[in-house]
This record gives sequence, structure tokens and C-alpha cells, in this order.
Amino acid sequence: MGLILDGGIALLTIGIAAWTIRAADDFAAVVGFVAYGLILTLAWTRLGAYDVALTEAAIGGGATGVILMRAGARVKPAPAARASKRARILVGALSAAVAAGLAAIVLLPPEPAPSLALEVREHLASTGLGNPIGGVLMAYRAADTFLETVVVLLALFGVWSLGRDAHWGGRPGPAPRAGEGGALPLFARVLVPAGIVIGIYIVWVGADAPGGKFQGATILAAMAILAGMAGLVEAPATSGRRLRWLLSAGPIVFVGIGLAGIPLAGAFLAYPPGFEKPLILVIEVALTVSLAAMLALIVAGPPERAK
Amino acid sequence: MSVLLGLYSTVSIVAGIVFFVAGTVGLLRFPDSLTRLHALTKADNLGLGLIVLGLLPYSGSLGAALKLVVIWALVQFAGATVAQMIGALAAGEHPQSTGRRRR
Repeated sequence: MGLILDGGIALLTIGIAAWTIRAADDFAAVVGFVAYGLILTLAWTRLGAYDVALTEAAIGGGATGVILMRAGARVKPAPAARASKRARILVGALSAAVAAGLAAIVLLPPEPAPSLALEVREHLASTGLGNPIGGVLMAYRAADTFLETVVVLLALFGVWSLGRDAHWGGRPGPAPRAGEGGALPLFARVLVPAGIVIGIYIVWVGADAPGGKFQGATILAAMAILAGMAGLVEAPATSGRRLRWLLSAGPIVFVGIGLAGIPLAGAFLAYPPGFEKPLILVIEVALTVSLAAMLALIVAGPPERAK
Repeated sequence: MSVLLGLYSTVSIVAGIVFFVAGTVGLLRFPDSLTRLHALTKADNLGLGLIVLGLLPYSGSLGAALKLVVIWALVQFAGATVAQMIGALAAGEHPQSTGRRRR
């Protein structure tokens, strides 16, 4: 029974991936990509990797899908340039080589397989966290986690730079048209408060169970986007001082605590003993706020109106 | 008792799957947006509702059961809203036009 389910998920994954590559236009390809993300979520769930499944659903399928859809709507539809046969064979061969290399790494691991799992399990108690994945991300791979958030900020700058010079620092997207009825404003009024609670809960529970700042921040960003789409709130001017502090608070707090670790704990991004849990909590909260703002603004797009 | 519960769950979940299959077939086969929307919302409402009803006895705790029901309610609410928006768009009303897309 389990074998049928897993086989079905595997076949669907490959099938949807192939369909997405072959899709006729941008919109269909994005829809395929989102479906692919949801199937991958199922696959991670079957593997018991609930943290990865949550991240895949929130960021891989959800947020990236929305960003791709917005990007697809912005660029003018153009006939897909068909690469020459030789180029396609070359790309196919290179892709196959990468896939084979990854498969070899996964299927033929050295004995014993490199893993932080045992070490983390031994020392998890010292971080005050109950979720080993949270422990790895905040203690063993803190530098990676820090750079991941900086990458999102850089992506936002990239999106902003797509706007016209005249609109630099202005508000993203068209002005909301007030007074329009429809179902969306009601939906946003009811869902946004509930969604904010769920987003904060996902961050908080990430210390002991699957969840965390990236997943929670994505939900919070989705709520901001929903409120914006419904015309309940207006996108802030991207030059706003408060907004920029909000965006940089997470990385600043993270790097500040990381630098303080050099004199206090002997290494960059090391936490002084006894203060692990509160410090991790402060970083997580600051990162959540910044990440939510970054993701919402990436979806909102480049500034299109003057301040 | 457990046999009865098992039977009840099986019947509910199978009925839910029937609605999902019917909704999918309708989505693929129906001629225009509004009828396709009709097919799709049946899968959301009844299909998911019946599957949740069937899973309730196995949820383990009252909290988990409540979460299942809340998930179904949220999907209902989102589905109804999106159906309204797509329906209005299909009917040419454009109540939520973002200004970018001009007809």
C-alpha cells in the first residue's frame, strides 16, 4: 500500500516536472511549478521530513509560484525562442550529468554517511531547542541561515531596481481602488487576523516541532499580500525609513549577536553559554519580521508610482 | 463499534474521493469557465468535507479533530472567495481588476 502511494508520488513528480518543462506558455508553466511544489511537499511528508515539507509548501510552491506568476505577467508575451538542436542536446546532457552526480551522492554515500544528526542530538539540550532542525539551523549552520536571509534582501533590491528611475523609492503596484465590493475584502478581513496568529504560531512552535521563521514569515507575508490585494492596506513607499529599518532589523540583529559572540563566546555566531535560547529567540523574532516584509515586498514588485 | 467506525470512515472517504474524481472530470470536460468552476467547487466543498468527516474518528484527539474541521472551513472560505472572483471575471465584470490588465 505504502509502495503504491510512494510510487505514485514519484511518478507524479517526474510527470509534472516534464509537463512544466514542455508547457506552452509562462502561466501554464508556473501552474505546473506550483503543482510540482505541492507534490514535492507530499514526498517530503512521506519521508518524515516535515520541516522540509512545510518549507517546500510555503516557499517552494507558494511564494516562488506567486513571484514567478507576477514576473510572467510583467514581461511581454513573446514566442518562446527555440534553441538549436545541438544546444538542447548539450543542455540535456549537462542536466543529466548533474542529476546522475546528485543521485550518486545520495545513493552511494561514504560509510559512515556524513551527518550532524548524532552530534546535534547530543548537544541539542544546550541550545534550549527541542527541534533538531531548528538546532542545526540556528547553532551549527547559523552562517548559512544568516546568508539565506541576506540573499532574500538582495533579491528584493534586484526587484526594486527593475522600476523606472522616476519611481525610485515610490510605492509598488497600482494604486488600490477603494470602494470596490466583491468577496475579496470580506475574505481578507476574516482570514488575515487568523493567518497572523497561525504565522506567529508556526514561528514559535519551530523551537520544538516542525515550523520556523521562514515558514511563518511566508504566512505573514501572504497575509500582507492578501490585505493589499483586497485594497485594505496600501503598499508602503519603498524609501520609507521605517520600512527600511524593518527590512534590515533581522540581518542587523543576527550579525550584531554574531559579532558579539567573538569576544563573549570565542567565535563568530557563537552564543555565550546560558544565553542560547533567549538569543536564538531574539534572532528568530527579528528575522521573522524582516523576512515577512522582504517576501511581501518581493511579491508587490518594483515601485510603479512616485512617492 | 470499531467495525462500524471503520465502515463509516471508509464510506465517507470513498464518497469524498468520488466527488474529487467527478470534480476533476468536470474540470477537464466541461465547456466553459463557469461550469468548470461549478465542478471544481464540488470537489472542494463536498469531497474534502466528506474526507475530513471520514478521518475524524482517527484523528486521535479532540484538538486534532478540530484542526481538521478548521482546515476544511478555511478551504471552503478560500474556495468560495476565489470562485466568486473567477466567476465575476468569467462573466466579464472584473470587480478585482488590478488595473494592469485591460480588456
